[in-house]
Amino acid sequence: MGAQLRIYRRRMRSVKATKKITKAMELISASRIVKAQQKVAASSPYANELTRAVSAVASLSSANHPLTTASANPKRAAVLIITADRGMAGAYSNAAIKEGDQLIALLQSRGLEVNPYLVGRKGINFYKFRNRKITASWSGFSDNPTYAHAKEVSDALINAFIADAQIDPNGVDELHIIYTEFKSMITQTPDAKRMLPLEVVESTGPAVILPMYEFEPNAGEVLNALLPRYIQARVFNAMLQSAASEHAARRRAMKSATDNADELIKSLTRLANAARQAEITQEISEIVGGADALASASAGSE
Amino acid sequence: MSQTVLKVEVVTPEKRVWSGEAKMVTARTLEGDLGVLPDHAPLLGVLADGTVSIKSTDGSVNDFVINGGFISVSKNRVSILGESAAN
Repeated sequence: MGAQLRIYRRRMRSVKATKKITKAMELISASRIVKAQQKVAASSPYANELTRAVSAVASLSSANHPLTTASANPKRAAVLIITADRGMAGAYSNAAIKEGDQLIALLQSRGLEVNPYLVGRKGINFYKFRNRKITASWSGFSDNPTYAHAKEVSDALINAFIADAQIDPNGVDELHIIYTEFKSMITQTPDAKRMLPLEVVESTGPAVILPMYEFEPNAGEVLNALLPRYIQARVFNAMLQSAASEHAARRRAMKSATDNADELIKSLTRLANAARQAEITQEISEIVGGADALASASAGSE
Repeated sequence: MSQTVLKVEVVTPEKRVWSGEAKMVTARTLEGDLGVLPDHAPLLGVLADGTVSIKSTDGSVNDFVINGGFISVSKNRVSILGESAAN
């Protein structure tokens, strides 16, 4: 076998091996998207009930809560950015980080200091590599978050919010969250949301007239218990949506990698065939040339 | 005897643990034990960690251990929210 042909064959083998890997990852991600979507759906009854309860307390009582009151002159803001732990997901993590950069620039133009909180190894590495400040970070659960993870993250954020920003360097007056909204299998968009101080609760669907609730023990206590959970549920929802988006982004990236591998194999096969043909042609002309040479040599000796 | 029943849901952030119709729900709020029968007044209460028991219409009793939860009652709909619920 000629050298050229051998090189083509070797490249084809390696592309085929890569294709097998990307194909497997594509299939794995495809099955995980469905699971992640089911988790988002499974968490919605809790979130809906909680939203109802919060809006009931908020609209029926005048109870004020530290989590709903905006600071008169905000000094610092926390930004929670949810990224992936692993790569191979196209622009998924970068899109979230970029959205975060835009938000940070906006906050800084308002004269606020920004405390970044990061979820996911990709975001952490991005910030570490550029020597940026990281207030706190979590990793290891981006593709399959549990409520316990969401609780851990949101507790840290709520504590930072409750701390007085004027004195405590970790205290913040605002909390923003960057996550990737899972719109459909093909569309996922990074999105920035302000979590704290809480705004009037957005209601889904037409306004419902809420019954006159009795509160036990009292409205203030109920709000005290409800609001941190509400934040946790929102953070949890953001994490679940991001996880679903991560799988979807990875599936798409791996699908195009597989398609590219197919293309590459096709063109390499053509090149290898051409190389083989050229080799054969060359061999024939060598034989013919050799025979001619022999014939003319023997003709000359006679 | 009224024919109304309570529609009960027990939900956690991760899934809906139980849902069905019940004759009575008992739970412990921060103020003390509380029983909910059909046509109860709208109520929003913070639950103490402990057991919530649901007496279904078919007579069976389901007990759930709820951590960090709430109960909300309105129009014969009872929702029990808990950070974790085990039965």
